[in-house]
Formats: sequence, structure tokens, C-alpha cells
Amino acid sequence: MKKKLIIIGAGMATGRALETLLVTAPDAYDVTLFNAEPRGNYNRIMLSPVLAGDKTYAEIETHDAQWYADNGVTCRFGEKIASIDRVAKTVTAANGDVLAYDKLMFGTGSNPFIIPLPGHDLEGVIAYRDLEDTERMMGLGPVSKCVVIGGGLLGLEAAAGMAARGVDVTVVHIMGHLMERQLDEAAGYLLRRALVDKGITIKCSANSKEILGKDGYVRALLLDDGTELPCDLLVMAVGIRPNVALAAEAGLAVGRGIHVDDQMLTSDADILAVGECVEHDGAIFGLVAPLYDQARVAAKTLLGEHATFVQKELSTKLKVTGCDLFSAGDFADGDGREDIVFRDPARGVYRRLVIENDVVIGAVMYGDTADSNWFFGLIRDKTDIAEMRDTLIFGPAYQGGTPLDPLAAVAALSRDAEICGCNGICKGQIEDAIAAGAGDLAAIKATTKASASCGTCTGLVEQVLAATLGDDFVLPAAASICACTDMTHEDVRRMIKSQRLTSMPAVWQECGWKTSCGCHVCRPALNFYLLADWPLEYQDDPQSRFINERKHANIQKDGTFSVVPRMWGGITTPDELRAIADAADKYAVPTVKVTGGQRIDLLGVKGEDLPAIWADLNAAGMVSGHAYSKGLRTVKTCVGTDHCRFGTQDSTGLGIKLEKTLWGSWTPHKLKLGVSGCPRNCAEATCKDIGVVCVDSGFQISIGGAAGMDVRETELLVQVATEEETINLIKAITQSYRENARYLDRIYKWMGKVGMDWIKERVVEDLAERAALVERFELSQTIYRRDPWADHVRDKSQSYRPLANFSLEAAE
Amino acid sequence: MSDWMDIAALDDVPQRGSRVVKTPGGCVAVFRTAEDEVYALNNSCPHMGGPLSEGIVHGASVTCPLHNWVFSLETGQARGADIGRVDTYPAKVENGRILLDKATLNQRIVA
Ligand SMILES: Cc1cc2nc3c(=O)[nH]c(=O)nc-3n(C[C@H](O)[C@H](O)[C@H](O)COP(=O)(O)OP(=O)(O)OC[C@H]3O[C@@H](n4cnc5c(N)ncnc54)[C@H](O)[C@@H]3O)c2cc1C
Ligand code: SF4
Ligand code: FES
Repeated sequence: MKKKLIIIGAGMATGRALETLLVTAPDAYDVTLFNAEPRGNYNRIMLSPVLAGDKTYAEIETHDAQWYADNGVTCRFGEKIASIDRVAKTVTAANGDVLAYDKLMFGTGSNPFIIPLPGHDLEGVIAYRDLEDTERMMGLGPVSKCVVIGGGLLGLEAAAGMAARGVDVTVVHIMGHLMERQLDEAAGYLLRRALVDKGITIKCSANSKEILGKDGYVRALLLDDGTELPCDLLVMAVGIRPNVALAAEAGLAVGRGIHVDDQMLTSDADILAVGECVEHDGAIFGLVAPLYDQARVAAKTLLGEHATFVQKELSTKLKVTGCDLFSAGDFADGDGREDIVFRDPARGVYRRLVIENDVVIGAVMYGDTADSNWFFGLIRDKTDIAEMRDTLIFGPAYQGGTPLDPLAAVAALSRDAEICGCNGICKGQIEDAIAAGAGDLAAIKATTKASASCGTCTGLVEQVLAATLGDDFVLPAAASICACTDMTHEDVRRMIKSQRLTSMPAVWQECGWKTSCGCHVCRPALNFYLLADWPLEYQDDPQSRFINERKHANIQKDGTFSVVPRMWGGITTPDELRAIADAADKYAVPTVKVTGGQRIDLLGVKGEDLPAIWADLNAAGMVSGHAYSKGLRTVKTCVGTDHCRFGTQDSTGLGIKLEKTLWGSWTPHKLKLGVSGCPRNCAEATCKDIGVVCVDSGFQISIGGAAGMDVRETELLVQVATEEETINLIKAITQSYRENARYLDRIYKWMGKVGMDWIKERVVEDLAERAALVERFELSQTIYRRDPWADHVRDKSQSYRPLANFSLEAAE
Repeated sequence: MSDWMDIAALDDVPQRGSRVVKTPGGCVAVFRTAEDEVYALNNSCPHMGGPLSEGIVHGASVTCPLHNWVFSLETGQARGADIGRVDTYPAKVENGRILLDKATLNQRIVA
């Protein structure tokens, strides 16, 4: 008599096992196949093309009724197995039927994970797992809205499929970039851009708080930050959990999945398991390639043959038209590991290979994945690549081909990309001028005015010349920001503005960065440029800041910090002084010093004590003095008309007003101001970055002083009549400095490059430009004019403490 | 075989960031990279004792906050022209938790 095999689940894994079994030994078993879904085995991974309208269900059905009939498989579709009696060797179906087995095979797959947000059980909240889910999404009309939670493979395929049907889709992703498990930031950036181009809204670093409903039906998703995203359907695609409940109830060994050995046997020798429901050697599975291997092994085991399941490297692709991406192996940075990065901004191509001991161990690709199989082969076979290392990144066809082109980023710019911001000259106009005979920088300046004003775009203009004229133009050597790029600070600033690059990965990609994520030289500069140019779009990245700005205190040579509370205009009160003295006592501050900027400096505070001392100072009404920042430091004042017999204006009052407007702003380098009440200049205003000297008839504003390694006197910019105009002018100067100077240039250096006349024209003479600068400054200040100490005390104080403290005890 | 000890959640350390574990033998800096690997190194720079945990993390390297020496997080070797090495200790992530080797921690306690 034939032995009885009962299979639980007609999925992709058991389907493959059945095929193998029936081909090798069609008469070995009498097979009964249960499936909770009311249909047989179909190609689940092709649900996405069905959703997108590229395929029909009939095309993705793997086994139809005829196939099961021909092979004598008893089908019980739409029926679940309810329980198993391993002693009696029987299963009980949902309708109560009891069936005996000789061998039992689990292929129960996995369950989509549903985040237990309030409202998750509302009607219209679905997962993306089976044909029913797919049909729900296909049922949405073109004017409807859908929110997808989860920016991984499934979520994005669901989003793209619906977007292709005209649905207005928003993807909410908790991590900083899409598909973070398969992609690095750079590839994540390109993917995001492509999806946005398809009309999909992407929200990263977004936390879902609650699903809002109306009459039991989903109406919107509410985020942590209060944003409400209206939707007619909400798809949760945040991960899967192996479906182990039935196996666990039957007393089989289960961990995260059903435990199986190399032969796919569970802890019961008559029961096998294959697919996403299993756990093998600590691993669980979510892609079909290993499941097919498991299926073949299971079939052999059923036939008493010996076979062994071995885990292999896996690769991922996304099935969204127009988003070619590929990821395989391990692409984390590490020492002894070498990164080879290739970016082609023109074609939107990014490739990164990670190499260890002359073997490729990981690959991420975006934009051009034609060679992905070749690279995947190198990873799987652990091929020694020493010989082809230099050209490896170009793929198999290019062995011995072209080297990286430093002009690629500029060559990729469209004709309407603005190169010269001062004069509004685009790349196309420069190209036209070259075509008309302009062969060098001077000729371009003369004919187009590009780079004729502040000159910071000179490098880019020269690169356009080089890219257009080829060997006929010799590119002067310019110092790049660091080894990560060939571009200078000025080039990159220009690119950020004209190409609207609003994130670091965007800059890395569009400017052809040669490293995957920058270094300690370029990251602080980029962080500043991005926040200065896009205050609303870009979010400050503390991890790209030097420690002083990350911890809002000055690091000292012994690793302790100095704390300087703000004293507006250098004015303090007995209460503030008492609070400072108390704090100095309480935190055993070894040195208390009066600074040149009229502040009190508490030196030698331990890093762990920072939040506590700040909280105390905050409680006394004081805020951070930003004595550590490339930003507004101090406004030093004299006593002016309040007390001095020579005073012409209220210099103290003006200083305080200036400090209250400017504080919190980030600038390319530190920014110090001084306001003196008369030309005797007791506040030493004429060696500050910006100085104001009061006279009877008004206020003399001068800029570009310094009293550091270089000592310089300021140069007069203008004299104005009122305080209000003084404040506006200083805001405009500060904003122009923020927008145009190179990172780590003080005002005097910037002035030396662009010239006093250039600055004067914009902030003094052109009133419309002055007003626009003031407006942009104020916009940025709506975000940055706040006390970082109070913010850190409230949200981050934990991060100042050690992760763990074993200084008193042995590690247990 | 290492005897692992649960120290903290991976998310307690920011990506491209670091926090310290205190021992009587000095602080151990625990680093997390952009790709979520963790490394444990002596927190003290061989140059002049700078606290490496306060440095900028890039790739699998950290730059000392005091004078910009750059160290490999994996080997502790100084990169580029500088010569020096920081001690490294076994560290790993499992189920979202950071694990350090108990023996090295205890050694530092005795030290
Ligand atoms: C939209 C989508 C796209 C995907 N794209 C890819 C891709 O591009 N590449 C890739 O490699 N993988 C992809 N996957 C993953 C792949 O589909 C799965 O890894 C694979 O289908 C798992 O096969 P399985 O046999 O383990 O489980 P399944 O195919 O899920 O089958 C399990 C079956 O068991 C049934 N069942 C469960 N419990 C019981 C019970 N008690 N009684 C009876 N029946 C039961 C279920 O109803 C189900 O039909 C994708 C998945 C989805 C949902
Ligand atoms: S600068 Fe003039 S007004 Fe101010 S304190 Fe000195 S003398 Fe008096
Ligand atoms: S102490 Fe680290 S570089 Fe000097």
C-alpha cells in the first residue's frame, strides 16, 4: 500500500517539493494537500506585476487543477489543518475530518507582521501577502489615496504597483533611508528619487502613531509629529514572522521558526518542514532561492535518499519598473575591507563593491544592474580578483576600459543648470559661448559674465570648458575638499544650490563622491552647506559635526568640557552670578575664567555632568552661549549712553538686540560682534567679524576684523541712521556670509575672495536683495534660534551617560 | 570561546556615533557605524589621550577629536602617516543588543 503524505500549505516551497517528488517517484506517496488559501500553488513573488497590471493571476498560477488531477494529488484548498496528534499520527482538518499520515510536511509560510498601533484592526488596514490583499489594492480607483507603512521590498512594490494605477500613494518608513537592510544610503537616495519621480510621496524617519478611523473604516494615518495622512486603504508591509503556531501546538521544537536539520526534518522524524516557516542553523528565510533548495532536499529525504541543505549567499532585486537595483552579500565598511565606489551622475548609476582579501564579499548597485549576475558569481565563488581589481567596478565588458572621469558630475548637468549664481548664467549659455569661440576663462567672463562677480563658480566654469573642449583646455589644479571628491568647496556649494541637493547622499551621488559616506573633513562642511541652503528640507546631522557642536560644549585637552552660559551683550545680574557660582561649586568646576567676549567660562566639567549643569543654568534663566560653535558667539558691548559720559548711542541695548536676533545661527566659521558707544571703541568693535561704532549721526557698520592668528582691522561697509537699519543690515551680511562663504572661512577671508564691493552691492545697495537675505535669515532662525542645552536636557541627556558602568564591580 | 555580556540596545548608540562603557581600567568606547556594525576600542588616543568616543565616525574609522588622528575601528591601527594603535575588544550585535566580551571587561577591572 502507498504511504500517506499530508502537506500543510500549498505554497512556493511545498509546490517545488511536490514537483521534485512526483518527477522522481510518482508512486511513492498518496498525497493530500491542504491550503488555507482557497487555491493551489501560485508564484507569490509575481503578485507585484499582477498589482501593477503587467500580468494576470492566470499567468502566475504554478499548478492548476489539471496538474493536481494528473498527478493524483488530493486537494483540500480553502481548508486549514486545525491540529495534529503526533502519537496517533493524524491531523484534524478545520471541518473536523481526521486523516492519518505516514509523513507530514509543513509549508505554512509566514504571517505578515502587523504593528499593534491603535486602529490596526480597522477595516481597510491590510498586509501584502496574498491574492486577496493584491485584489484589495487593485480595487482602489485612480482618485483614491493609500498609505503604505514600510519602505522595504514589499512596501515599495505595493506602492509602485498602486501608483501605476493612478493611486495617490505615500510610503511611511521608520528608518533614514529606503530598504536599509539591502541598500546603503547612496543607493537608497537614488531609489527614493526614482519613486518620487513616479509620483509616490516618501517619508523617511517617520514614526506612525495611530491609525484613525471613521465608522470602523480607516480614514488616515497619524504620525508622531502630528502629520495626518488621509487614506482609503492602509497597507502594512513591515516584515514577516514564520507561521509556527500549529507546529508549536503539536509540540515540535520551534524557535523563531520550526527547527529543522540539514535534511529538513523537524524534531519529529516523520515530520518535515520547508519554506519560510522553518529555522535552520539559526537562520530564517524570506526569499525563494533557499526555499527551492530546501524543497529538493525535503523530497529526497521523503524518498529515503541522503541530501543536505546548505545556506548560500543571497541577492535581492526590486521588481519595480525603472528602479534597477541589486544588493548581495555583506557591504558594511570594515578594516581590511576595501570599498570601490563608482558613480555616474549622468546616468544615475551607483555601484559599490566591498572587497576583502582580494575577494568580493558584497555589492550594491543602482541604475545599471546588467552586470549584477557576474558580480554575484564573484561573491558566490569567492573568485580572486587581484588581477582585475583596477577595472573590476566597470563589469565584465570593460576589463581594461576607461578610468573614472573627474568631470563626470559637471558633464552630467543639464543645460539649464545654473553655474554662476551672481549673474544667473546657466551651463548652456557657457557652452554656447564656447561654441562661439570663447576658449578660456577670461573669454567666458567677458562674453557671459559667468564667474565675473564673486568668482566662487570659477572652478565649475573651468570644468565646463574642459568638458566641452576636451584636450584643448587644461584644467588648472584646484584643491578639492578632501580625498573623497575632486570638487572644491565652491564647486560643491554651487551644485547644492543649482541642483537643489538637499541631503548628504544626494551630494555624494551628484558630485561623484569617491567614498561611500564621506570623512571627518567633508561631512562637517556638507552639513553646514545643506542646513544653510535648505533650512526647512535638511535636518542637521549631529554625527557629522565636530564634538563641540555635537555636545554643545568645548572639549578640553583632558577630555573634559567648558561651559559658557550666554550673557546677552555681556550684561549679567547678581542672580545669574549666584547661579553660576552655585553650579561651579556643585559640579566641582576647577577653573572659572572671564573670557575676552565678556562671558564667564566654567572649565573642566565632566561630559556626564553636562546635562545636569545645563539644567541648573537653564533654571536660572540662562541658555547656551554657543562658545563652541561655528556660529554666532558673542556680541561684546560697552556701557554707552547708559553710563558713559562719551556715549553717543545705547550701545549696550543695541548689542543685546543684535545678540537676541542672531543667536543660534550657524555660520561658516565663528562669528563675533562688537558694539562700541563712541569712536573710543571700548568694545574693540573694529577687530570683530562685524563691528558697530556709534556716532552722533548714527551707526558705522564695518566688517572683516580679526584678532586671532591674523590680526586685522574691520573695513567700513556703511553708516546708517537707525538701530533698526543696523540690525537688518547685519542680518543680511550674516546671511550672505552663510550662503556664500566656504566652510571655515572667517568673514575677512571670504571678503578677500569676493571683494568688499561685491558684498556692498548686495547688502547695502540692492535693497530688494537685502530684504530677501533678511527674510531667508529669519526663515532659518525659526528653526535654529533655540537653546540646544534645553533640548538636550529634555531629549538627549541619556546619551551623555556611559552605556554601562563597571567601574565599581566585576562584570557579571 | 567568548563569554558575551549584554551591554545595551544597539539603538542606544547613534549610527556613526559612539558611547562609552566605564571600567576601573578606563573607558571602553563602543562605536556603531552607518551599517550598524559595532566595535569596541580603548577610549584613549595613543597620541595625547583624546577621547575617541567623541570623534567623527566615517566608514569603519574614527577621527580623534583632539588632533584628527584617524584610527581603524577594526584593527585599532592609526591610518595614514600617523603611527600608533588603540586596543580593540570583541564586540557584536545580536537581536538588536550590543554584546561585549566579559573576559576583556574583567581584565580591565583587574588591570
Ligand atoms: C508580494 C510579494 C513579493 C515577493 N517578492 C519576492 C521576490 O522578488 N523574490 C523572492 O525571492 N521572494 C519574494 N517574496 C517572498 C516569497 O514569495 C516567499 O519567500 C515564498 O512565497 C515563501 O514560500 P512558502 O512556501 O514558505 O510560503 P507561502 O508561499 O506563503 O505558502 C504558505 C501557504 O501555507 C498556507 N497555510 C498556512 N497555515 C496553514 C494551515 N494551518 N493549514 C493549511 N494551510 C496553511 C498559507 O495559506 C499559504 O498559502 C515575495 C513575497 C510577496 C508576498
Ligand atoms: S566706547 Fe565710547 S561710549 Fe563706549 S564706553 Fe568707551 S568711551 Fe564710552
Ligand atoms: S590625542 Fe588623539 S590625535 Fe592627539
